[in-house]
Amino acid sequence: MGAYLVRRFGLMLMTLFGISVLIFVLLRLTPGNIADILFDAGGYVDPADKAKIEHDLGLDKSIPAQYADWIGGLLHGDLGYSYQTEKPALEEILPRIPITAKLAAIALTFAVIIGVPLGVISAVRQNTPLDYFLRVVSLSGLSMPAFWLGLLILMGFVSYFGTIPIYSEQPKGFWDALVMYSVPAAAVGFRSSALMMRLTRSSMLEVLRQDYIRTARSKGAPEIAINYYHALKNALLPVITVIGIEAAFLLGGLIVTETVFNIPGVARFLVEAIRWRDYPMVQNLVMFIAVVVVTINFAIDMLYAAVDPRIRYGS
Amino acid sequence: MSTLDFNAELARAGAHVHGRWGAVRFFMLRYPLGAIGGVIMAVFVLAAIFAPVITVYDPLSTNAALSLAKPSAAHWLGCDFMGRDVYSRIVYGARISLAVSMGSMLLGSGIGVTLGLLSGYLLGWFDLVTQRLLEMMQSLPLLVMAIIMAAALGPSLHNTILAIAIPLVPYVARVIRANTLSLREQPFIEAAKAIGMSERRIALRHVLPNTLAPLIVLATAQLGSTILTESSLSFLGLGVPEPHPSWGRMLSESAAEYVRTAPWLVIFPGMAISFVVFGTNLLGDALRDLLDPRQRS
Repeated sequence: MGAYLVRRFGLMLMTLFGISVLIFVLLRLTPGNIADILFDAGGYVDPADKAKIEHDLGLDKSIPAQYADWIGGLLHGDLGYSYQTEKPALEEILPRIPITAKLAAIALTFAVIIGVPLGVISAVRQNTPLDYFLRVVSLSGLSMPAFWLGLLILMGFVSYFGTIPIYSEQPKGFWDALVMYSVPAAAVGFRSSALMMRLTRSSMLEVLRQDYIRTARSKGAPEIAINYYHALKNALLPVITVIGIEAAFLLGGLIVTETVFNIPGVARFLVEAIRWRDYPMVQNLVMFIAVVVVTINFAIDMLYAAVDPRIRYGS
Repeated sequence: MSTLDFNAELARAGAHVHGRWGAVRFFMLRYPLGAIGGVIMAVFVLAAIFAPVITVYDPLSTNAALSLAKPSAAHWLGCDFMGRDVYSRIVYGARISLAVSMGSMLLGSGIGVTLGLLSGYLLGWFDLVTQRLLEMMQSLPLLVMAIIMAAALGPSLHNTILAIAIPLVPYVARVIRANTLSLREQPFIEAAKAIGMSERRIALRHVLPNTLAPLIVLATAQLGSTILTESSLSFLGLGVPEPHPSWGRMLSESAAEYVRTAPWLVIFPGMAISFVVFGTNLLGDALRDLLDPRQRS
């Protein structure tokens, strides 16, 4: 286990290093830099001014040198400055993390609470009208763009309550905050719940056909115990993987959802930074996302061994 | 050869299938939901092809007098802020959205198949490097990867296709690689080697055709996700640029403020996206059941 951990951790660092190079190079392909954008707005370009700005921002250095500056700073906890606001990047990113984290946590909870039980029901009642109905609902969940669902929810609020649930910095207490986060979280979590449901269903169906389930049934175990105790326990392994992947990939859905609901989280900030060609911000945000995803994958691998005694690493 | 023999499969399933139309009829009876998905897809594809025939108004012509006009007999789905007919824009938007999503699906699958086949067949350092590279790409959510690609390449129709195709590559490549790895151990590959067939010929004539079934399943499933990615990119203003009408951008133009004033601008483009993705998902599920018996539910 120890050797496996070390190897797996080394691989994780290598992946992160690779991503950092990939992102850095990709962003340098972009036509035009922040200096171009600033001068675009002004109309007139004084080459001396432009050169000065590029020098101040370190854009006149070679790409490897710029990369070394960035990584060197990153390792010292210095994420550089935002080109746009001229504040330290860390100061811009840190306060936005809890907002996105809360949204993701609520969305994921929503997805698991709704998706897993419905998936079990769908599998247990295979090929009944209820099963067909649930499958169509879950498939439509996977078909709707998250931002459209968000807009529809906003529309519903407008016609029923006359107002829109707008994000505010100071919610009036816990419940206010919960409602404020839950609405956008539901918009993005619906898709994940549909995914969980489909996966739980197919995983359950596979397990329910196995011999030990027939044994349990023949010794007279009640149907509920078979489904929820014997079967679900073994059907959950692939579901855990997807919960992990979704936890990371929710960020994709959150980008559009935060935009629709005007929530100042990390995900929306990434899009804004890209529009501004704010390199330090984009690099750091993408690195942050990569670290989160890679760490979650690592945690899931470890969780496997804990959940399934058949899996033992390194033996 | 261990390709699926469809006629044998069908006969075993009790279907008395004769000819191509018989096979279509069997598919429709056996997988009614898949058939519905196929019909939805066909409707959108036909609408895209015959867009000039089934619309009256130019999707790009503006008319200040009709700004935010409600749905009426003349303009079935209303007009947008610039007085452009929403119905025409959705029909012409199908051209853009389907072209971009199918283009990126084909491109991404093409690169993915090539990499997966080479990786699984050559193994060695090529496999090692490719796998690490694909792993890195997969460490970022698809949309994040697509956004960065779109931003790096700049806005244009071709770049949008590329920006969506590249993030798809690892998903296709890994499935094809796994499939190739198991295929190369099969006796018929060994037999091909024994009769002195060249490696390239084996890869193209024996391994590739056998990866077709998982590829079709994967590609149909990916088509839905490319449509959604395209619409998300355009919604964020990073996708297909003006003047092309795209469903995603129709929603970004109209987004939050029109939720109160002009709901038809929000409802209809979103319905178009959802319907066509729903169609691909239904069809994809049925194809998976048909072509990939191991995953049959």
